[in-house]
Amino acid sequence: MALLEVKDLKVRVEEREILHGLTLTVNEGEVHAIMGPNGSGKSTLSHVIAGKPGYEVTDGQILFKGEDLLEMEPDERAAKGVFLAFQYPVEIPGVATMNFLRTALNAQRKARGESEYSTPDFLKKVREVSKSLNIPQDMLKRGVNVGFSGGEKKRNEVLQMALFEPSLCILDEMDSGLDIDALRIAADGVNALRSPKRAMVVITHYQRLLNYIVPDVVHVMSRGRVVKSGGKELALELEASGYAQFEAA
Amino acid sequence: MNVAVAKTGSRRAVSDLFASAEGRLPGSPDVIAARREAFESYERLGLPHRRIEEWKYTDLRALVGEVLPLAAAPDAAASKRAAEAVKAHAIAGACKLVLVDGVFAADLSDVKALVAEASFKTLRETLEKDAGLLKTASTDAVIALNAALATDGVVLSIADGAQLSAPIQIIHVATAASTSAYTRSQVVVGKGARVTIVETFVATEAEAYQVNDAVIVSVGDNADVAHVRLMDDAPDAVNITSQFVTIGANVKFNFFNMTTGAAVSRLQGFITLAGEGSELSVNGVNLLKKTEHGDTTLVVDHAVPNCVSREIFRAVIDDRAHSVFQGRIIVRPDAQKTDGKMMTRALLLSDEAEADNKPELEIFADDVSCGHGATAGALDDSLLFYLKARGLPEKQAQALLIQAFVGEAIEQIADDSLREHVIGIAERWLEQRS
Repeated sequence: MALLEVKDLKVRVEEREILHGLTLTVNEGEVHAIMGPNGSGKSTLSHVIAGKPGYEVTDGQILFKGEDLLEMEPDERAAKGVFLAFQYPVEIPGVATMNFLRTALNAQRKARGESEYSTPDFLKKVREVSKSLNIPQDMLKRGVNVGFSGGEKKRNEVLQMALFEPSLCILDEMDSGLDIDALRIAADGVNALRSPKRAMVVITHYQRLLNYIVPDVVHVMSRGRVVKSGGKELALELEASGYAQFEAA
Repeated sequence: MNVAVAKTGSRRAVSDLFASAEGRLPGSPDVIAARREAFESYERLGLPHRRIEEWKYTDLRALVGEVLPLAAAPDAAASKRAAEAVKAHAIAGACKLVLVDGVFAADLSDVKALVAEASFKTLRETLEKDAGLLKTASTDAVIALNAALATDGVVLSIADGAQLSAPIQIIHVATAASTSAYTRSQVVVGKGARVTIVETFVATEAEAYQVNDAVIVSVGDNADVAHVRLMDDAPDAVNITSQFVTIGANVKFNFFNMTTGAAVSRLQGFITLAGEGSELSVNGVNLLKKTEHGDTTLVVDHAVPNCVSREIFRAVIDDRAHSVFQGRIIVRPDAQKTDGKMMTRALLLSDEAEADNKPELEIFADDVSCGHGATAGALDDSLLFYLKARGLPEKQAQALLIQAFVGEAIEQIADDSLREHVIGIAERWLEQRS
């Protein structure tokens, strides 16, 4: 079943069109990789799906579970099950990570008409997940991402994914700024979340990440469009031949 | 100053006010003379206005206009409502001293629960004998008016070495609309004593009332004092408070003020470090909305060497509200090795919100470390988006960021339960926004 349907999407930032009619369908249980050179519009796509302000959709639509995503506020999208793992997670001094996690989880549950988590249940859940991601407890007492290394910030994103249990995870350049060990820990966390009901869109510039998170489908983006789609072997071809062939197109 | 200003209607009104109030004001003949002198001083000056440098951003003539008549002594119904307000705002475990419409209310207070090391009198009792408490070095008109009209207050003395675990909470309750209350209190902290003083200003069904309070604090050597002031007045009230604090040697003095109410408010604090080796921490939060005007004016005077002062001030300003912070640090010629820092930040939640910030360093010694910093800005959009993308609705995301913003000042309150009490008031303010 189609979870995410992006149809002929055109997006402007200020006066410049970044996406020129992008079409993409992601089904439940699938992992899609979106690859492409810098400036091809990969991050713009992820931001528009999550609802970041500053983008003007001039044409096309985005359906999530058949509903019009563009009509929803970012928090409504999150409650419906859309999760964007940020390329550069922000630091929020003065907001303890634990307090943030609980506030966010309960806000999502409230929006869905579900009961809020009790403190002991919540703590138990956080402990389990953070342990599997190698996140020390004292990190959760600090301000959100404050003083975290690049790897810690990305693990904190994966921790949130595991806690919120979204049905669509968009990973925006998860590999940027990570060394190989940090990448492996984060990728293992992501792989543990793969499930038949959950889809993932992995946005990356490099093939390297896809050694750890193996996609079902690979799309190549160039100049605001998907120019080629294929199986995981397409990523390896790109690694060998580069993006130049698509840039020229 | 413009001496040519004619007597305005409001000044005539206040003149009548004093004449009519005089008979009700407590005091010995000396006290009556001191009041007259103070009133004459006020009459010469009138309400402070923008051409007086210290009041540049808080023009009381424009903002307040008239001085309201003194409140009558509270009747039974008022006392009953005040009792409910006291219950709602009392800090758990605190020893309460309550002033209703400017008059000490013994039946609502815990005088008997005060430990033996804390001696207590009302201002009224003190003025039967001595006019000393009406005299300060200040020439400020609102302080003169306070001396002229002060009806009551608490006079506390904490014995040398006393270690008071329970806070003493002075609760000012306004029950009468369109009246004014003038209070003056004194707190003397003995050498080596430890005490927490909380002042709370609240109202019960009262509107458009005026508070003019003065507090005179002196702290003995080696004492450890926490002083928290919570100005949670009715939205259309006026609250002008003046504080005079003199600090001895090797003292830890931690002051915190939070303003969450009143159409017009000003806290003016005059703090003198008069003994070496003391650490002063002065922190404040203004939470302002609608057309509220909140002014915090602080003068920290390093009169002796080797003292540290830290000031952290945060203002959150919504709608068309206006926050003022004036911070002056004076370092006297002898006050070498002074370490004085001041940091103030304003968070503007609307395009029409206004923040004025005036730091002043007056340094007459050459071996000191002093500095100040100030910022003003809106909530960070990238932080807001991150929180919203995690499921927090706009107002809740804002509230979390605002709490974090004021948190740095509130965290300076060391006592856990007192800090939680303060956070609770801030949270209520945030809930009322959404």
